[in-house]
Amino acid sequence: MKISRIIKTIFMTDFVAGLIIAIKEIFKSKKTINYPFEKGKISPRFRGEHALRRYPNGEERCIACKLCEAVCPAQAITIESEIRSDGSRKTTRYDIDMVKCIYCGLCEESCPVEAIVQGPNFEFATETREELYYNKKKLLENGDKWETTLAANIKADAPFN
Amino acid sequence: MIYLNIFFNEVYKIIFLLLPVLVSVALVVWLDRRVWAFVQKRRGPNVVGPFGLLQTLADALKYLFKEIIIPASANKTIFVLAPIVTLTLSLIAWAVIPFSQDMVLANINVGILYLFAVSSLGVYGIIMAGWSSNSKYPFLGAIRSAAQMISYEVSIGLIIINVLICVGSLNLNQIVLAQEKVWFIFPLFPMFVIFFISALAETNRPPFDLPEAESELVAGYQTEYSGMMYAMFWLGEYANILLLCALGSILFLGGWHSPINVYPINIIPGVFWMLFKIIGLFLLFSLVKAIVPRYRFDQLMRLGWKIFLPLSLFWLVITASFLFFLDILPVVNK
Repeated sequence: MKISRIIKTIFMTDFVAGLIIAIKEIFKSKKTINYPFEKGKISPRFRGEHALRRYPNGEERCIACKLCEAVCPAQAITIESEIRSDGSRKTTRYDIDMVKCIYCGLCEESCPVEAIVQGPNFEFATETREELYYNKKKLLENGDKWETTLAANIKADAPFN
Repeated sequence: MIYLNIFFNEVYKIIFLLLPVLVSVALVVWLDRRVWAFVQKRRGPNVVGPFGLLQTLADALKYLFKEIIIPASANKTIFVLAPIVTLTLSLIAWAVIPFSQDMVLANINVGILYLFAVSSLGVYGIIMAGWSSNSKYPFLGAIRSAAQMISYEVSIGLIIINVLICVGSLNLNQIVLAQEKVWFIFPLFPMFVIFFISALAETNRPPFDLPEAESELVAGYQTEYSGMMYAMFWLGEYANILLLCALGSILFLGGWHSPINVYPINIIPGVFWMLFKIIGLFLLFSLVKAIVPRYRFDQLMRLGWKIFLPLSLFWLVITASFLFFLDILPVVNK
């Protein structure tokens, strides 16, 4: 061992240098965000919680073509449909099992009328499994709740589709 | 009637010692996590209570409500006994720590010997936990921990003897009183450094946290524990760390003495200086946790037996001969 290295070891110069750096770092600004109170920015393409959208006149967009049900790789979507008195085909049942769902976004991509979309919300954890079996009512409620953001996100992403 | 008398005269003192110790353990865990986070430019626990101060309380509540799982193949009696032993031993050691000249539960003449004996017994809790869990990782962790604590206790013992020959008494009060003029950290600085490093190893703190090295041994001897039993280990560990901080400030940093004996500073009660020194040492403990990588086990053993032991023995001879030739050996008062 060289003399200089022995002296370094005895006086623990490396350790003291590290300690000084650590103390300096304490007073620097934080690199992490204060999560529950402040949130990171997410892309308009973000694939979060599902929602069923409506037309501005309040009619459901979904035409029960079942493309999403067919494309879903996790088979998380179940749809049943009927022909209404005005001749239009609409869903009577639209369930998504959020536990099965892998959030791949294929349902949103396959939808010809932009009815099923994945919104920006990612904080929908629940205490029971049953609450994560979303039905049509819940999905439409989501759509009504997030419509402004959803429309803005779809518009922002449109040039790249 | 006499029992009632003892109860009211003595037990309340114990409660008044234990409650602050347990509360400060909770606060110190928060401080530890917070310092660790700050060094890494994170925020650390800051949601529960002001500045996240109640985080540990929330964690403790969570542990209380969790199920205690005892493995089917475990030796149940010893398995349950181990965390109790660990926590009890780390708490009873506080009995002799003087917070100021009068604030001490038991001012016994062999205080430092008592402390040393109790902290040596601490190994038993860990060995019991590792053995009774009857599984691989706890067993390896316990063996590592026992080997490590025993090796570093040897050098801590020699460091304590270093201080004792400067004082001439085993009483912790006397040790602090002997430092009224000059704290022992100045003449015995190398011993303080070795004491600090040995204290890190003794309490299984990083960089010597080999018994619970999560990348190798999951959680070491605590692997099979859950719920309140795990929390008891955890409390015992931090109470032990605080105890060694207190011992360090008594042996080297002048206990309850104020750093300079001038008017506005020396009217502050000694308790505050003592707490201030304990917290200062603890901050150093948590800073070290944040900056150093973990030692390999053979390096740890080499450091303990081949460097610290001869060095502290050598320094003991130097101190003794220095005191002898300058004829300033302490007079043992009978």
